Amino acid sequence: MRYIEPHGHMVSRTTDDYVAMVTAGCEAVCEPAFWAGFDRSSANGFYDYFCQLTEHEPKRAAKFNLPHYTWLCINPKESEDVGLAEEVLSIIPEFIDRPNVLGIGEIGLNKNSRNEIKVLEKHVDLAGSRDQLILVHTPHLEDKRKGTRLIMDVLKNDSRISPERCIIDHVEEHTIKMVLDEGFWAGMTLYPESKCSSARAIDMLEIYGSEKIWMNSACDWGISVPLAVPHTMMEMRRRGHEKDWIDKVSFQNPISFMKQSPKFQAPA
Amino acid sequence: MTQQQVLDLYFMDARHKLIDVAAFLDRVDRGEGEPDFRYEAFRKALEVLSSAEPGKAAAVLEAFSDPTNEPIEVATTKAACGAWPGANQ
Ligand SMILES: [Zn+2]
Repeated sequence: MRYIEPHGHMVSRTTDDYVAMVTAGCEAVCEPAFWAGFDRSSANGFYDYFCQLTEHEPKRAAKFNLPHYTWLCINPKESEDVGLAEEVLSIIPEFIDRPNVLGIGEIGLNKNSRNEIKVLEKHVDLAGSRDQLILVHTPHLEDKRKGTRLIMDVLKNDSRISPERCIIDHVEEHTIKMVLDEGFWAGMTLYPESKCSSARAIDMLEIYGSEKIWMNSACDWGISVPLAVPHTMMEMRRRGHEKDWIDKVSFQNPISFMKQSPKFQAPA
Repeated sequence: MTQQQVLDLYFMDARHKLIDVAAFLDRVDRGEGEPDFRYEAFRKALEVLSSAEPGKAAAVLEAFSDPTNEPIEVATTKAACGAWPGANQ
């Protein structure tokens, strides 16, 4: 089985996880910028993080012949401080043309505050002005339904942004339909305690179809499983799904989305 | 999959999770003091399970969701707790 991990926070993972992923059939990994679990004290912290994402982590992955791509932003959890966000936004152009940068992400909302929306709009403006793909993080738990709606409103308000060039990640049963209905791509995050289980992800694919959807593990510093995508592929086989269908969802769909960036090289 | 096949694949797992939910409710009941808004939200979400309508997973998620549509003024925390505390909390 081959697959792509389209959303994995590899800076939080051990090298053993790279070995396990490649052994399980992973052929490319894509890493959006996110929260470190603590607030970075200045824009310099983000500068170093962007160097890690564009220089160091691709080298670590390359030791296992694994192509590594990334997305840049200041994440919504640190977006209440608009001044810091503006500083970080000002250094992103320095990195955006690097060879493994696919776009702006994961941007979005966390608690659905006015400042978070301001910072989201600034990121969307940056993506629009530089014709970048967008990867969106939707809020957690009780904040997800409202946040998903607010995020889609911001994206639709910018005429330069095409929905098919944005993926809205961490959808669940109460948000997937509105995301797909508006023409966006939808990401399902396979997480042990929140977001979505393997069984529920497959249910959503069976109900809403396999177009414009991907699955990811998000594997970060929290409780998460770097092999969640291949585990879900195994679950699909237990349900009797065809190999071609599994391949489309796990391998071809991420390629279809990401190859909209000329920097993404589809694995052969 | 047929309904029979779904039961063959998932009945034990769902049974296990349901008993865990029952034990969780017993555990809260055994505890001292008063539960917060999450307990009420949980009981309300449980009502969805006895519905014969499709879309029960979405309905449970909706039951825990912030039903409002306006942004909040300021984010004073980063965390979500799983249930909406209400407009004034
Ligand atoms: Zn993430």
